[in-house]
Amino acid sequence: MNKSIRLALMLLAATGVASMQYSLAGDVVSLRGHAAPDEETKAPPQKPWRKDGEPLPRDYVQQPPLIPHKIKGYKINLKFNKCLTCHSWANYREAGATKISQTHFEDRDKNVLANVSARRYFCTQCHVPQANAKPLVDNTFKPIEAISGK
Amino acid sequence: MADNDTKHCTGFISCLWNALKRPSVHYSLGVLLLAGFVAGILFWGGFNWAMEMTNNEQFCISCHEMRDNVYQEYKDTVHYSNRTGVRATCPDCHVPKEWVHKVVRKIQATNELYHKVMGTIDTREKFEAHRLELARHVWKAMKKTDSRECRNCHDYDSMDFTEQGRRAVAQHSKGLEEGKTCIDCHKGIAHSLPDLREVDPSAVVGSK
Repeated sequence: MNKSIRLALMLLAATGVASMQYSLAGDVVSLRGHAAPDEETKAPPQKPWRKDGEPLPRDYVQQPPLIPHKIKGYKINLKFNKCLTCHSWANYREAGATKISQTHFEDRDKNVLANVSARRYFCTQCHVPQANAKPLVDNTFKPIEAISGK
Repeated sequence: MADNDTKHCTGFISCLWNALKRPSVHYSLGVLLLAGFVAGILFWGGFNWAMEMTNNEQFCISCHEMRDNVYQEYKDTVHYSNRTGVRATCPDCHVPKEWVHKVVRKIQATNELYHKVMGTIDTREKFEAHRLELARHVWKAMKKTDSRECRNCHDYDSMDFTEQGRRAVAQHSKGLEEGKTCIDCHKGIAHSLPDLREVDPSAVVGSK
C-alpha cells in the first residue's frame, strides 16, 4: 500500500475512534447536562452539605476518613487550625471527636515529631465533607469484606 | 438679699451669675418648672440619641483599624450573613443592652479613643501583635458576665435540641452540666482566632 493511502486509512480510523468516544461520552450526563461546551447553561442548584451525623464508613483501609459534619467557616492558617481545636490529641476527648492518627506526626523521612507534621497540617487536602451528590456513573465497587463486614 | 439688687455686673459671666442667683421676678414657679421639664426631656433625649449614634456598625467601622481588620473577618461568619438574614452587628455583641451596663461600657470606650490617637493598632502588623491581648479582654469580659451579650439573642432555654446537629446537642448538654458559658467554646465565632500558640499548642503547626 502506498504512503498516501495508508495515511488516509489511518486518519479515517482515528476519526472513527474519536466519534465513537464522543458518542460514549454523550451517555454520561455531567453538571452541564447535554449542552455543548460552547453553549451557555444555567448553573445547577447548589447541593446542600450533609448535616452533622455519625462517622461515615470507609471504603478502603488507607482512606482519609470523610468529614461527617459541615465545615463552613472553619479556617486553617499558620496561626491556628480550627479542625485541631477538636481533633488534636489534647482536645479530642473533651470535644467527643475522633483523634488524628499518629501518622499525622510523621515527616516524610518517617521521623516522629512533637506536633502535627507540616505535611499533614492542612486537613482539607485529604479530608472532605459530604454533599448529597450521587456518582455520575454507576459502578459496582464493593469494599473488601474485612472493612464492610459483608 | 437687698445687696444683690444694687450690684452692678460688668462682664458677661458676672452678669449671668447675678441673673442666676436672683429669684425670678417675672416668671412664675410653674412656668420655670415646666420649662425645666421640657428642657430636661430635650437634653435627656439628645444625650441618648447621641449615644445611640455611636452604637451601630457604621460608626464602628468608620475607624480603619476596625474596618480593615475585624470587620473583614466578621464578613465570613454566620453573624454577618446566614440563611435567615438575622444579623448581629458590632454593638449587639460588644455593647450591653441594659442602660447602666451600656453607659459603663461607653465610658470604658474612652480608652479606645486614647489608643486611636496614639495609633496603637493602626497598622496590620501592630494589630496582629496585639490581637491575643485584645481577644483576651473580650473573652474575660464575656466570661465575667456569663456571655450576657450572646444571651441578648440566644436563649438557652428556648433551644430546640431536635433541630440541632449531633455535635451541638452533645456539647450543649454537656456544657450545661459543666456550668460552661457560651464564650468557653464559641471563641472565634465572629473574628479570626489569634495565634493559638500560647493558648492551645496542639492546634498550631510546629512545636513551642
